[in-house]
Amino acid sequence: MDADLTEEAERFGDVSKILMRTGPLANEKNFGTLFSPAVSFEPMPEVLQFIRTMARVLVVGAGGLGCELLKDLALSGFGNIDVIDMDTIDISNLNRQFLFRKVDVGRPKATVAAEFVMRRINGITVTPHYCPIQNKDAAWYKQFQIIVLGLDSIEARRWLNAMVCSLVEYETSETGERKPDLSSVIPMVDGGTEGFAGHVRVIYPGISGCFECTLDLFPPQQTVPLCTIAETPRNAAHCILYAHLIEFPREFPDGKADKDDPEYQQWVFQRAAARAQQFSISGVTLMHTQGVIKNIIPAIASTNAIVAAACANEALKIVCNCAPYLDNNLMYMGAQGLYAPTFKYERNPQCLVCGQGVVLETSRTTTLTLLMELMAEDQRLRLKSPSIRVEGGKQGDTIYMRGILEDEYRQRLDMPLHTLFDSGTELIVTDPGVPTPLKVIVTFADIME
Amino acid sequence: MYSLGGMIKLFSLKQEKAAEDQASASTPSTKKVAPGLIRMQKDMSELKLEKGMKIEFPNGKDDLMNFKVTVMPDEGIYRSGKFTFDFKVPASYPHDAPKVICETTVFHPNIDMDGHVCLNILREDWKPVLTIQSIIMGLQFLMLEPNADDPLNKEAARMMEDNRSKFTQLVRDTFKGRQMQVGAKRYDFPRFE
Repeated sequence: MDADLTEEAERFGDVSKILMRTGPLANEKNFGTLFSPAVSFEPMPEVLQFIRTMARVLVVGAGGLGCELLKDLALSGFGNIDVIDMDTIDISNLNRQFLFRKVDVGRPKATVAAEFVMRRINGITVTPHYCPIQNKDAAWYKQFQIIVLGLDSIEARRWLNAMVCSLVEYETSETGERKPDLSSVIPMVDGGTEGFAGHVRVIYPGISGCFECTLDLFPPQQTVPLCTIAETPRNAAHCILYAHLIEFPREFPDGKADKDDPEYQQWVFQRAAARAQQFSISGVTLMHTQGVIKNIIPAIASTNAIVAAACANEALKIVCNCAPYLDNNLMYMGAQGLYAPTFKYERNPQCLVCGQGVVLETSRTTTLTLLMELMAEDQRLRLKSPSIRVEGGKQGDTIYMRGILEDEYRQRLDMPLHTLFDSGTELIVTDPGVPTPLKVIVTFADIME
Repeated sequence: MYSLGGMIKLFSLKQEKAAEDQASASTPSTKKVAPGLIRMQKDMSELKLEKGMKIEFPNGKDDLMNFKVTVMPDEGIYRSGKFTFDFKVPASYPHDAPKVICETTVFHPNIDMDGHVCLNILREDWKPVLTIQSIIMGLQFLMLEPNADDPLNKEAARMMEDNRSKFTQLVRDTFKGRQMQVGAKRYDFPRFE
């Protein structure tokens, strides 16, 4: 072992114990889900070297979970970390987002977090990206070995999940089976917390259930009936929602409510307070107003710490293959007790985001009518009345619509496919006969360039 | 030489591929269709409008997320009126419900003078399995059977409960294109032939 390696091994002594020797819990039999046939773990110094210098981790979000994740990953030996976050630091973050200080208020979270971790831990590179996740493209996300998510919204998770799933490339085996090319699969570890509750979920795009596969399991946001808000308010939140949802649009029909604007919050607070007095309701405060209109759920530092630690643990196990990893979801319920049950989210074989889709091969001069006949005959599809959409189609995104808009599209039926889209394009097909949309990939056997 | 396992092996495979990609000008990444839009494609292609209903796409047929539905009841208090509802469908549809506003000024217990509509499935009872069809049926029902128990326009609700025939007469009067005081403000009502 050379001198550098020895020094690193000593410095990361605790991680080295896991990476440089085997044990009863080591991944020798490969309990993980990714490799088939199994690849067993071989302890050696190079594994530490790999996470110190080569593997690149992306942390999405530098908030409550993000701060914990950065600290945990950095101290676990990961030497190259990127962090992306579009937010700036608010004074209310300081109680739990411990990489930030009072002087940092107003500065980008990603930048300050990166600076702090690099100042505190020698020999680590943390690269900040102060922008929305949507600003980065596929080539950028491809650089990473693993992506760890510390997000607070379903929307952002959904976008990122779709992006990472779209990076998966497929190869056809000798038996004609299409399989994901493992080198294009970037595992995601998704952490989430809400009050005393949290979860850790491992997603292998194209292999295990993705975020979109199980989207139905998230309950829609709780809402209060409009008539209660308008006529029979019973609590402070009803009064605040009245000012926010009914009074503001009435008084400023063209105004746009900026929930983050202190002036707007103050306006809502005052109106809500007046209404509360009218109905003898107590409890309208500025803080409660902010909480209601911005939908803030109390965050608990220890929940973040526990969930982030479990996420970093999974990231280390996955990248080093040193121990069986979570398959594929863990629930933490701090209000109930210590037991954190795990279960497996199944895949939705028809998932539009991580599913492979059905491949149809035809000629570039096939007309749209003929393509629809193919869709009706194909045993995998059997679609009787398909509507078809494609992103970036040559004649617009909608290829064909049934029902009320059908007349607008009928003239397309005789058009050859190559005037509508290119070979290999992914079509999104809906049909009254199937409950979920289907992905159909059309390739032209006679591509002419 | 060590035989490096798992992720480490994949890492070198990936490096090789990245180099290849660079050599052969990388393929353009395909954009993803917004999931909400796909669901709207399904809803729209399966939408059945009953007689006396109309749908319009003010931004053209490619923008399925913004449209207007006109309901023309053929019976009840609101018969022969024409009520246009503006639908704005969020990208997060069907996780979140569409936003629906009534653009036609109407004196109705469940629609306020700003056009807010109190329909349970638009807010507290929204479920992703519901469709645009379900909402349109709900709106149609609301125009046929106004419900005074769940008022958004309290004045209208009270009047309907106290004296239904007087309320009906008042609504019919507004259909002649009159002005009427509701709350603190006078409103112009549209005229229906």
